[in-house]
Amino acid sequence: MYVAVKGGERAIDAAHAWLAEERRGDPAIPELAVAQIREQMTLAVNRVMAEGSLYDPDLAALAIKQARGDLIEAIFLIRAYRTTLPRLGASEPVETGGMRCDRRISATFKDVPGGQVLGPTFDYTHRLLDFALAAEGEVPEAATAAPDAAPKPRITGLLDRDGLIETEPASDETPPDLTREPLGFPAGRALRLQALTRSDEGFALGMAYSTQRGYGRNHPFVGELRLGRVGVEVEIPELGFAVEIAEIELTECETVNQFAGSKTEPPQFTRGYGLVFGQSERKAISMALVDRALRWEDLGEDFTGAPAQDAEFVISHGDNIQASGFLEHIKLPHYVDFQSELELVRRIRAEAAASAAEREAAE
Amino acid sequence: MTEAESRVEAPGADYNFAYLDEQTKRMIRRALLKALAVPGYQVPFASREMPMPYGWGTGGVQVSAAVLVPGDRLKVIDQGADDTTNAVSIRKFFQKTAGIAVTGHTGEATVIQTRHRIPEAPLTEGQILVYQVPIPEPLRFLEPRETETRRMHALEEYGLMHVKLYEDIARHGEIATAYAYPVQIEGRYVMDPSPIPKFDNPKLRMAAIQLFGAGREQRIYALPPYTEVVSLDFEDHPFVPGKAEGACALCGSETSYLDEVIVDDRGGRMFVCSDTDYCAGRRAAGHVGAEGAAAGEGRA
Repeated sequence: MYVAVKGGERAIDAAHAWLAEERRGDPAIPELAVAQIREQMTLAVNRVMAEGSLYDPDLAALAIKQARGDLIEAIFLIRAYRTTLPRLGASEPVETGGMRCDRRISATFKDVPGGQVLGPTFDYTHRLLDFALAAEGEVPEAATAAPDAAPKPRITGLLDRDGLIETEPASDETPPDLTREPLGFPAGRALRLQALTRSDEGFALGMAYSTQRGYGRNHPFVGELRLGRVGVEVEIPELGFAVEIAEIELTECETVNQFAGSKTEPPQFTRGYGLVFGQSERKAISMALVDRALRWEDLGEDFTGAPAQDAEFVISHGDNIQASGFLEHIKLPHYVDFQSELELVRRIRAEAAASAAEREAAE
Repeated sequence: MTEAESRVEAPGADYNFAYLDEQTKRMIRRALLKALAVPGYQVPFASREMPMPYGWGTGGVQVSAAVLVPGDRLKVIDQGADDTTNAVSIRKFFQKTAGIAVTGHTGEATVIQTRHRIPEAPLTEGQILVYQVPIPEPLRFLEPRETETRRMHALEEYGLMHVKLYEDIARHGEIATAYAYPVQIEGRYVMDPSPIPKFDNPKLRMAAIQLFGAGREQRIYALPPYTEVVSLDFEDHPFVPGKAEGACALCGSETSYLDEVIVDDRGGRMFVCSDTDYCAGRRAAGHVGAEGAAAGEGRA
């Protein structure tokens, strides 16, 4: 007698127990501590914080451990936790211009006020497996320098002063929040940026790459990429002024993009913007490219039909928690639907066979 | 069901009753009231991230969480059955977070959350049927853009749907939609009844309140009791509910929706009721199908 998907209760309990055992792996190998993940798998932690939309390295590390290293599963754990948190208030906008940069590079100018700082990057490493890491041992301490206190004004600000780049009008409007309001279209830029910073890194990368290959090309230069820490300030109503409550690490990318100009407007560079929790350069750059592609309408450009220009397409499909949930739900039983299709196909086939037989008899 | 009627211990202090906080429930209830006021209209709501994946019933779970009160008795079915894995998982979720009473019996439940089926036993006034909805937009596969489909609903522009149904007839001799068969509500909104087999469509006009929740797509819609629901068709090609020919091998029912079960690798198959509670009830009342004796107990 068929019982495959019945008696689910015992199967679920057994599956969970097995899963817990698999997660632990060989008990002869020491268990990973959450702090080890937080300190040594930092970029994974950063990705989970960015796409989970919750800045908490300890929780992100815990989620990675619980998810057996499946980052989308870890992001899911963080998102599900995040929705249960009360919202106590909103911070002031973070001032990335005052970022204490660990890394700050510009691809548009050889040197810039505040200087270029290479920082901790894979960029110029040779991708050779370092077998020394397989043997446990301490790394030699990196050389240190005095803290770099030089102010690092934004590159786009310098271009803006000369009128060479579009001016982004300042606004004190409260930005929309897609985690609190149902997403609607057309979506303004603030909402699109929120969706992009939460979006799947792979999706954002693919979309951005498609613009580079000609599907909505927008000629980006990395005007500036900066990584570092900024203070988070919250205005306390009782005090009447803002107080710094935390410091977070951010990656910010501003692209400088070509703009043809028109009969009425002289040519001017345009902007793409990316801002992501933690060190997430690939994501920040991708975000900036996609942001710029989605701005075609604001900038009076043509819609060429490129996927990256289509806000409804990009925003509706970039969230990996929505996507993986819906994709994987087809693992659930569908035998009622399938049965109804089965009946339909059988009936249509039977009718087709009957009419074919009739035709043959008539010939 | 052995765990039926068993009240579990009070919910943990970590979460609010039925998991969602009261503000979120209020937001969902507002959407539900609007949905009931405009039957068949898809009301956008700020769907939350739930601790189960999108596509696995998050919309239905949020709707259930918003309507459940401590005295309720909850039934959860998937494919008509109470003990399919996801139904078990959702039922456990509410037992844990709401300490709610649960049941497998359709008649005893005050709230029934379902995926892909309407129970065979007619529901009564005072009951609430909550559907899990994957794609709430009946026009989605004709027009992928939400901006477009919302406009089409606003203008009652349903020609595209009729053309699609007509093309089915031209190509296959009949309307080739077997589940999620589109319906029109009170002569106004065309609505997706969720992927229930079209066999269930005639039951959509019922005494109970029907609430539809699509979590990922952030939409809620509803049918108040006794709302007029018409399955789309043509005069010369009227709507036919349709089901597998035959009778349930366990209880002998010839009128319930049947699942086909492959029993060997030589083409052998049998049919059993998709609604496990209905089937168990019939067997308890003494009805026996062709293989009823062989099936034994413990399937309900």
